[in-house]
Amino acid sequence: MSEAASAKLFYARQAAATLLIRGAHVLDPRTGLDEVHDVLVREGRIAEIGAPGTVVAPAGATTIDATGKHLFPAFTDPHVHLRTPGLEYKETIATGTAAAAAGGYCQVLAMPNAIPVVDSVSVLQGLTLRAEREAVIPTGFLAAITVGERGEALTGMAGLSDAGAVGFTDDGKPVAHAGVLRKALQYQHLAGGVIALHEEDPTLSSDGVMHEGAVSAQLGVSGIPSISESTMIARDAELAGYEDATVHFQHVSAAESVRALATARERGVHATGEATPHHLLLTDEAVRGLDTNLKMNPPLRAERDRQAVIEALRNGVLDCIATDHAPHARHEKEVAFEEAPMGTTGLESAFAAIYSELVVPGVLPLALLIERITAGCALFGVPGPRIEPGSEANLVLVDLERSFVVGEGGYVSRAANCCFAGRSFRGQIELTVAAGQVAYAAAGILDPAPAEV
Amino acid sequence: MTASLLSVEQMDRAAIERVLDRSESFAEVSGREIKKVPALRGRTVVNLFYEASTRTRSSFELAAIRLSADVVNIHQTGSSIEKGESLRDTVQTLSAYDPSAIVIRSPQAGAAALAARFTDAAVVNAGDGKHAHPTQALLDVFTLRRRLGSLDGVNVWIVGDVRHSRVARSDVTAFTRMGAKVTLAGPPTLLPREIETLGATVTPRLDGIAEADAIYVLRMQNERMHESFVPSLREYARYYQINADRVRPGQLVMHPGPVNRGVEISAEVIDSKQSLIGEQVRAGVAVRMAVLYELLVGTPPLATDGEEVSR
Repeated sequence: MSEAASAKLFYARQAAATLLIRGAHVLDPRTGLDEVHDVLVREGRIAEIGAPGTVVAPAGATTIDATGKHLFPAFTDPHVHLRTPGLEYKETIATGTAAAAAGGYCQVLAMPNAIPVVDSVSVLQGLTLRAEREAVIPTGFLAAITVGERGEALTGMAGLSDAGAVGFTDDGKPVAHAGVLRKALQYQHLAGGVIALHEEDPTLSSDGVMHEGAVSAQLGVSGIPSISESTMIARDAELAGYEDATVHFQHVSAAESVRALATARERGVHATGEATPHHLLLTDEAVRGLDTNLKMNPPLRAERDRQAVIEALRNGVLDCIATDHAPHARHEKEVAFEEAPMGTTGLESAFAAIYSELVVPGVLPLALLIERITAGCALFGVPGPRIEPGSEANLVLVDLERSFVVGEGGYVSRAANCCFAGRSFRGQIELTVAAGQVAYAAAGILDPAPAEV
Repeated sequence: MTASLLSVEQMDRAAIERVLDRSESFAEVSGREIKKVPALRGRTVVNLFYEASTRTRSSFELAAIRLSADVVNIHQTGSSIEKGESLRDTVQTLSAYDPSAIVIRSPQAGAAALAARFTDAAVVNAGDGKHAHPTQALLDVFTLRRRLGSLDGVNVWIVGDVRHSRVARSDVTAFTRMGAKVTLAGPPTLLPREIETLGATVTPRLDGIAEADAIYVLRMQNERMHESFVPSLREYARYYQINADRVRPGQLVMHPGPVNRGVEISAEVIDSKQSLIGEQVRAGVAVRMAVLYELLVGTPPLATDGEEVSR
């Protein structure tokens, strides 16, 4: 059984790859690799890592001249919306995972806020079966914490866990009542599975549609204050500490939230957190034009919040990068700002956006970006990608010099609501190998290389 | 693409003054027995109203008629809007009639800017959510300038429900661009955080209101009670009502209408000589004539910065 399967990940089986990737700069912060190597993948596993020119291609191998390019462990995203079941007009398991592969991802975890909500074993099994037919990369599923994400009755968490759920979340909504969440945290000791929390206090968010601050005041658009998120993180970290439970805070967006999480972790609470590309790179200033692609929840916040999220990612208070890839149909976003649904896509641009805006200017080291963008699924107990002999091949080949304009050539995702649309970024994904299979290959990259002389 | 008027932000002082000056000449037309000029003969103006409105809608309609335009009025009830047609589809459908201008009122911020993306007609924002109401701001500036001669150095206090008021936002910008100093006053729950970044002084108390040359009273809506922004209308009136005790001689009083007599403003102040409320309504037609005229046939084209909703 593959590592992915043992870890509750589901995907369509294809031929295992046999590839010789020659001359790429191999960087894996976990195994300490940071130099030019040849990497041989045989039958889906990393067979050999050697000095350039020393590794011999076995018969039948495709050889890729990767000189000048970078080879990283492929990325993992613990927070995507595949809109299945029921909302397939926005995205499907096939299109969403293909978008992930095109963005360099080898694992994603899908949120349960579909129609119906993934709150029963039968719905979950429908998903895992579909993923085994359609998913281009290993895909895991979180089930809901409460029935219908209504914040009232707990789902059959233990049965859902046995049926393949990697964790639980009511993502899209908070568990507003502390007493309900407390029972879920207690029940986690039977069911297992990390509980992932979308934090906001509905009474503070009220009818808000963007960050509460100068821009919302000037635009006359109702704001969602930072304290809507931070007070709930503080509350739920207290609950998790009290119940000795494990929680993961999704899309942390505010400076006050970072402080609440840091304080909880200092006290030893088992709490992790994620940062999204959009909260790392954009602020509410971007919302002045009321472009609905910049409407998401939590909202783009102020510059001081953005700086706090970057610092938390750097110092490890936030453990990983997650896109919160939230596809919507074009007609749903072509409405007035207050009416538009929340969410931005992100899988296809996440690496290039952060690389271009934070690594190139020297704000974050490249190795740190690679560590954080490969760490997400492991927080849910899924074995993470590693570049070392014997490991299942989970690799991404990137041309850091090549730039592209987001959305210019369309999207692999079914949706086009990307907050970075029209921006030019460096870092083109050329090849993604996920669970030993070629999940994405840019045009021409797998063409037979000229015969070696 | 034709220039649109989406927000007063896009107008510099010169553009505002050009509209005000044009409004003066149309105010003269409105004083004639035959109140009509042939400026927009053969052109079509569509009024697309997604929200109830008396004065804005009737004054836009009259403005277009007095400019000799053909006018089509579409209201929420009894139209395809009621059947759930999207703004985009409605605007594109109406654009097939090749109108010169679409005047739009919507409960959604940014609706006018969105409409402008889907039509070649000039779009005039007649109020979009809590965001902007540029023609109201222009007629307010027109009315006050007419009375005072100039707004330079004039102290204006805007009092009441700032949070839910597109008029307050557009007025702060228009008044300050014309040289006035603006103070926003109201219950703390109805003063949005960081609203001072608009360029106004902000206070929850009316202690200093004697310094105002003009007091602009905002409408207090009943539904704010249900949302607990203020405990009761009585308490609101006690601390914020503009009445004879709070208005000193020489101060001018304005209100965008419709007024709640005895809530945000007392009946005696409404009917006093210090009240400009009637003049504001009269100015509405002339200013909207000027806006349509300058957008559609003014030369050179009315300077708008082309940005959609930005400031």
